[in-house]
Amino acid sequence: MSALRVLLVDDEEDLVHAMVERLNLRGLEADGVLSGNEALMRVAEKEYDVVVLDLKMPGLSGCDLLERIKKECPKVQVIVITGHGAIGEGEEAVKEGAYDHLVKPFDIETLIKVMKDSIYPQ
Amino acid sequence: MKRPFRNRLDHSAVHEGFLERPRGYRSLWVLLVAISSAFSIIPLVILTIASYLQYAEVIKGEIARDIRQLTANAKNSFEFFIQQSVAGLRLVVNERSLEELRDNEQVAYILKNLRQSYGSYVDLGLIDSDGVQRSYVGPYNLKGHDYADQDWFHQLRSRDAYFSDVFMGYRRVPHFAVAVKREIADNDFYILRATFDTQALTRQVSSLNIRPSSDAFVINRDGILQAPSRLAGDILDRSPIACPPFSSSPQIQEGVDGNGERYILGFAYIQDSPFVLMILKRPEAIMTNLASFQGKVTRIVVITIVFIVLIVLWGASYLVRRIRVSELARSRAFREMQHASKMATIGRLAAGVAHEINNPLAIINEKTGLIKDHVLLQKEYPVSEKIASLADSILSSVDRCSTVTHRFLGFAKRMDIRKERIQMDILIGEVLGFLGKESIYRDITVSCHFPEGPVVIESDRGQLQQVFLNIINNAFEAVEDGGRIDITIDMVDERQIAVTIADNGRGIAEEDQERIFEPFFTTKKIGGTGLGLSITYGIVEKLGGHITVDSVEGEGTRFTITMPVKHDR
Repeated sequence: MSALRVLLVDDEEDLVHAMVERLNLRGLEADGVLSGNEALMRVAEKEYDVVVLDLKMPGLSGCDLLERIKKECPKVQVIVITGHGAIGEGEEAVKEGAYDHLVKPFDIETLIKVMKDSIYPQ
Repeated sequence: MKRPFRNRLDHSAVHEGFLERPRGYRSLWVLLVAISSAFSIIPLVILTIASYLQYAEVIKGEIARDIRQLTANAKNSFEFFIQQSVAGLRLVVNERSLEELRDNEQVAYILKNLRQSYGSYVDLGLIDSDGVQRSYVGPYNLKGHDYADQDWFHQLRSRDAYFSDVFMGYRRVPHFAVAVKREIADNDFYILRATFDTQALTRQVSSLNIRPSSDAFVINRDGILQAPSRLAGDILDRSPIACPPFSSSPQIQEGVDGNGERYILGFAYIQDSPFVLMILKRPEAIMTNLASFQGKVTRIVVITIVFIVLIVLWGASYLVRRIRVSELARSRAFREMQHASKMATIGRLAAGVAHEINNPLAIINEKTGLIKDHVLLQKEYPVSEKIASLADSILSSVDRCSTVTHRFLGFAKRMDIRKERIQMDILIGEVLGFLGKESIYRDITVSCHFPEGPVVIESDRGQLQQVFLNIINNAFEAVEDGGRIDITIDMVDERQIAVTIADNGRGIAEEDQERIFEPFFTTKKIGGTGLGLSITYGIVEKLGGHITVDSVEGEGTRFTITMPVKHDR
């Protein structure tokens, strides 16, 4: 099994950096961007297995972003993360094609497990 | 005038009801009664008095009209009588010659004829221009009598007829005399004179047919009665009322007579005679009528006023009562609205705070996780175990924060309610099951009082469980070992049920009871988040129900949760 290629999208810089580092320390191949537009550029350049994106970002976000990423790379699995107030939107996103929805703050191990499940369904 | 309903209500005015002012209702009631009574009773009284006066005026007017008419008619017929009497003599004096009239036998013959035709003639005779009686037929011995000095003779010089007033004559019987003059050549004249008894006069007066309450009589200019009168007196008595001043047409006069009694008088001077016709009416008779009318009206008005007062009293009481009820309801609604609004605001505020905290929490979580990762996975740092455990304690605090915010946001957000049919006794049983063995260990008696048949409502199972779990849990915490908890289910009506959880624990202080549903309010000195009941309150309201508490410090607490049978929202 090769390393899981993950793209993290969130406008909170500290969060993105910490998560990317932790994932890399665990042997995944993780990148992080701070906006929806940057995310679209990255998926065009490199192939990812999973994209983890925050639904609430300024600029392009939410289901629009989800739709476009899926169009760009249909094979990519998307996992959406939200704060507590947007649980409804998270569930919406899952209906629209996201694999799963996690609520901040969550455990890194949980995230890794969900990502692996999305790529290697049991 | 400003229209009171048009303007938007100033909120301070709305807030300050009668409830705020002491004795406000009493003074409102008094004001209502006073104004209503005044505005109904005063006009009524004014109207009544006005009608009295008006009626009196009308009655007097009618009487006056009556008398005037009567007097005029009487005057006419009296004057006719006078003319008749004069005409009889005038006919004789014109047709007979002087010689015939000087002859006593002829005069006797004429007198006999006159008596037959007219009656009432007492005597008849001729008087020459010197005033000497030339012929005479009658009971007296007047032949040769000289009248030259008499007033009537003088009057006849310038007039051609004379009518005397009544005098006491032969045999103390009242008489009156009529004389007519005939002029002959050389400025000479002679007079034919006759005396009548007063029967004709009296008959004339009584033929006027006056009603019993009034009296007609005839007087001369000196106020002496010329015919007997029922009320005024006998013939030749002085009339109780003095002769009124001359007037050629009938007049009305009001006054007080010699006995001090009031009268209304119609009088008329009879032309070519000394007579004055008097028709007298005593107002007392009318006044009695008037008084009885006034009495009747007064009785009716008094009864009406009594009715008005009763109705006003009842109406004012009813109105004030209604106002009071509505004020109380408004006040209560206002308080409830304030309370609900406050809860909503606190909820929103707290939700906002929680939401804002989530992101930094996530960051702390990740960064601390990263520290731990570095230390454990990279083995470059000494005392990695210690750092790892410090990181762990940071993470567990993050967890605690997270729990709080999650629970709180769960309270505030709009979550879908999954409707299902829930049998209440089973649900309560499940909740009691969650609480496990605590009741046994602590010897707490839990009694359930459920109705005979199944009580089923439509609601969200998970959230209902959360509600009852919270309340029953609180009850367990409040009672001492050996205490008692009673759970009752009631069908309030076909649309609502009520579940009551009562304990005999330490109870809640009265000043705290209002606040226990507020977020972050707790009576526990340590360990309480103050969120349990506020979340419970929120869930119950969201499910369409209502939760209230009733407690006496030191005796126990009762929570009552009402839920709709069908979920409508």
